[in-house]
Amino acid sequence: MAILEPAKSEVAGRGDVRAVLRRLVTDPMGLIGLVIVISFIATALFANILAPYDPDKIDILNKLQGPSLEHLFGTDQLGRDTLSRLIYGAQIALMVAAVSIGIAVVIGSILGSIAGYGPSWLDSVIMLLFDTIRSYPVIMFALAVVVLFGPSLTTIMAIVIATSFPTYGRLMRTQTQTLRNAEHVLSARALGISTPLILMRHILPNTIGPVLIVASMDIPFVIGIEAVLSFLGLGVRPPTPSWGSILNDGFTYIRNSSWILFSAGAPLILVTIGFTFLGEQLRDTLDPKLGRGR
Amino acid sequence: MLTYTIQRILLAILIVAMAVATMFLMIHAVPGDPANVMLGPRATPEIKAALRARLHLDEPMTTQLYYFFSGLVQGDFGFDLRSNRPVLDIVLEQFPHTLILVGSALIVSTIGIPVGCYAAIHRNGIFDRVAGTVSVSIIAMPAIVVGLYMLLFFSVKLRLFPVIGAGNSGNWLDYLWHLVLPVLTIGIAWIGYISRIVRASMIEVMSQNHVRMAHAFGLPEAKIISRYALRIAVLPSITMLGVAIAFIFSSTVIAEIIFARPGIGRLLYESVLSRNYPLVMGTVLFSTIFIVGGTTIADLINAMLDPRARKDPG
Repeated sequence: MAILEPAKSEVAGRGDVRAVLRRLVTDPMGLIGLVIVISFIATALFANILAPYDPDKIDILNKLQGPSLEHLFGTDQLGRDTLSRLIYGAQIALMVAAVSIGIAVVIGSILGSIAGYGPSWLDSVIMLLFDTIRSYPVIMFALAVVVLFGPSLTTIMAIVIATSFPTYGRLMRTQTQTLRNAEHVLSARALGISTPLILMRHILPNTIGPVLIVASMDIPFVIGIEAVLSFLGLGVRPPTPSWGSILNDGFTYIRNSSWILFSAGAPLILVTIGFTFLGEQLRDTLDPKLGRGR
Repeated sequence: MLTYTIQRILLAILIVAMAVATMFLMIHAVPGDPANVMLGPRATPEIKAALRARLHLDEPMTTQLYYFFSGLVQGDFGFDLRSNRPVLDIVLEQFPHTLILVGSALIVSTIGIPVGCYAAIHRNGIFDRVAGTVSVSIIAMPAIVVGLYMLLFFSVKLRLFPVIGAGNSGNWLDYLWHLVLPVLTIGIAWIGYISRIVRASMIEVMSQNHVRMAHAFGLPEAKIISRYALRIAVLPSITMLGVAIAFIFSSTVIAEIIFARPGIGRLLYESVLSRNYPLVMGTVLFSTIFIVGGTTIADLINAMLDPRARKDPG
C-alpha cells in the first residue's frame, strides 16, 4: 500500500495540472495572459536571436527616426534601434523579477511558517518586522538605499527582496496557522518528527500554492520598480538597455519624437496585463477562497 | 476601544523607532567614513572634522543612536549640508503640495465605489465584465507608464493639460488644472482596486437577510441599495485606506518628477542626485512617520466602525 500511494498521488497531480491548463486555455483572459507571459519569457531568453540590431549600435545619422521598415519602432537620440533595445530590456526585467521574487518567496515562506507554527512571542517579533517594513514608502526607501550603496542591478534586487518578502510571509503565516492543528500535522508531531521536518514535509507543500500565485502577480510590480529606478537614472547603468532607461530617453526627447516613449511603455503594459490575467485566472481555478476581498 | 487605541499607538511608535534604527544602521553599513561619504573626496580635513564633531561620529555607536533619537523627538531631523538649514523646515515647505496630491488621489479613488456598486447590481452584465477587466488591468499598471502616457497624449499631443509645474497657487482653478494628470497618475489604480472590493462585498451584502427582507417589503430598489446595502459594502474598502495612504504617498515621487511639481518626492529626488545625505534621510524619515501616522489613524477609524477589527492589532 505504502509503495503504491506516492504513485497514485503523482497521477492525480498530473491530472490537476492538465485540468488547470485546460481551464486556462478555454478562458479568453487566461489564454491572453498565458500567451503574453510565454512570449515575454521567450523574448528575454532569445533576445540575441530576435533582436534585428545590436542594441548598443550608435548611428547618429539616423537618430530620432519614426517607425519604418528598417526600424519598426524607430530610433533613439543616438540612432539606436528602439525595438532591439526593448527586446534586450526584457532580459533585465525578467532577471530582476525572477531572482528577487524567488529569494523573497523563500525568505518570506521561512519566516511566515515560523511565525505561524512557532511560539506566540516569536510570532509577535516577526509580525513587528513585517509591519515595520510595510510602513516604509517603497520608492522613497529605494532612493535612500541607492544614494547610500550606489545604483546597480544588485541594489535594485536587494530593495525588492527587502520590501516584498513580508507580503509572502504574512500569507504563509495565515496559511500555516490554519494547518498547524490539522490531523496529519498533529500525528506527525506525535510521532516525534522534528519541527523543521514537519514544516518542510507536511505544511509547506499545502501552503506554497497561494504564495506562488500572489508572487506571480507581483512580477509586474517588481518590473515597475526596476523601471522607475532606471527611469530616474538610479538603476541599470547605461548603455545597458532597460525599459526604464528607454522610458527616460523618451521622456527627455518627448518633443522630438513620441515614438520612443510610446514604444517603451507598451511592453510594460503588456507584461502587466499578461501576469495579472494569468494570475487572476490561476487563482480563481486553484483557490476560489483567495480571490475574495481583493 | 481604549485598550485597542493605546495598543495601536504604541505599536506605531515602535514601528517608527524600528524604521529610524534601520535607517541609522544603514548609514553606518556603508563602507568607509560617513563624513567622507557625505562630503565627498574633495573636502578638507578641517571640514570633515567639523562634521564629525557635529554628528558625534567619533563617539560610540550607542551614544550616536541616542543623539539621533533624542534629536528626532525634539523635531530635529538634521541639517541640510548645502544651505545649513534644518531639514524639517525644508521638508515642511514642500509638504503641502504633496499632501494635496495624496488627498486628491484618495478622493479620486472613491469613483470606484459607484463603479463597483453598479457592477455588482448588474452582475455579469456587459458593464460588469468591461469594468472587471479594466480594473484588473489598471490595478497592477505601473504608475510611471500611466503618468508618461498621459503626459504624452493629453499634454504634448492634445495640449489639453499643462505639461509642468503646479500652477499659480493664487489661482485655484489653474492649480486644480495642474493637479488633474498627476492625481490620475497615482490614483487611477485605486479606482480599480476600490471598485473590485466594493463589487465583491456588495454581492455578498445583497444576498444577506436584511436586504432580502427589504425586497420582500417591496421597498424601492434605489432605497434598498443606498440605505441598506451600500453602507455595509463600503466598509471593507475603508480597511484598505491605510495601505492606500502608504502606496499613494510613495508614488508621489513619480508624479512629481514626470509633471515637474514641487513636493516631498521631488525634494527627495533632487537631494539624491546631489548626494545630500541628511536631506535624503530626513525626507524619508518624515515620510515614514507620516505614513505610519496615516495607517494608524486609518486602522483606528476602521476599529471604530467595525468592532471585529479590534481583535488583532497590526
